[in-house]
Amino acid sequence: MSDIEERVKKIVVEHLGVEEAKIQSDSKFIDDLGADSLDTVELVMAFEEEFGCEIPDDAAEKIVTLKDAVTYLSANSN
Amino acid sequence: MFKDKNLLVTGGTGSIGSSICNYFNNNGCKDIYSTTTNLNKVRDDQAYIKFKEINLNNIENINLDELFDIDIDFLVLNAGLNKDNIFLRMSSEDWNSVINVNLNSSFHLLKYCVKKMVKKKFGRIVFISSVVAYTGNPGQANYTASKAAISGLVKSLALELSSRNITVNSIAPGFISSNMTDKLNDDQKNAILGRIPMKKLGNSDDIAKAVGFLCSENANYITGQTLHVNGGLALI
Repeated sequence: MSDIEERVKKIVVEHLGVEEAKIQSDSKFIDDLGADSLDTVELVMAFEEEFGCEIPDDAAEKIVTLKDAVTYLSANSN
Repeated sequence: MFKDKNLLVTGGTGSIGSSICNYFNNNGCKDIYSTTTNLNKVRDDQAYIKFKEINLNNIENINLDELFDIDIDFLVLNAGLNKDNIFLRMSSEDWNSVINVNLNSSFHLLKYCVKKMVKKKFGRIVFISSVVAYTGNPGQANYTASKAAISGLVKSLALELSSRNITVNSIAPGFISSNMTDKLNDDQKNAILGRIPMKKLGNSDDIAKAVGFLCSENANYITGQTLHVNGGLALI
């Protein structure tokens, strides 16, 4: 597992209170991990903080799985 | 009552705005921030308020992060203006500027503050509306429209944010002795007094105390509501 994936997973575990073992890279935050729409906003804010980048709204809306987040952050984080 | 909490209230140099700042300051609020269109309006006794000069008409183009790099617990959207005229004589400029300052500016301030409140799972948001939003008032089509719109905004935001311990309410003052009502002539004032069961105008402290209540622990379970503070003028 890449470093970025590890860090993203940690944030998801902390924010959504789900067991790490239940998170697959294609698990959807809302449909599979019990997040509500505000949780996804909070996740994006936590990603921004952890990776020191700003995720614009149009990109944030497309981050619906762990994999989406890792792909975006791999390409855009500092 | 408000120990370790920060307040941001727009329009802190107006009658109601300055009373709100004063009330929170007297009740132990930590930092009090406010906005004004002109720093020259700040009075000497308001030195405890951290004022920022902002034209709310232009808030879309302002970087709020640079202006308010602070943690906000209480947001009071109080700034407002009126440009009265009978509807058929109302210019589109006067319509737009009232909607822009009284309603649209709230959108931008809220975006900024709500994000911080969601993060820390606490926030108290209070809009200052007006009784005329609920009764209508000839000559104030723009003003009443802007204030009535707040009612829907309060309810939707309350529903969206209640799971994060953020309450969103509004206060609808009746006729309050303020720089806005000072502009009325005696005949107009007497006509108004005749309609108020308490036979007096409210004062800005009456509103400040209501704002204080909605931000206090006594109102923890109240959200999406409008508190009418009008001496019985309109029972809604």
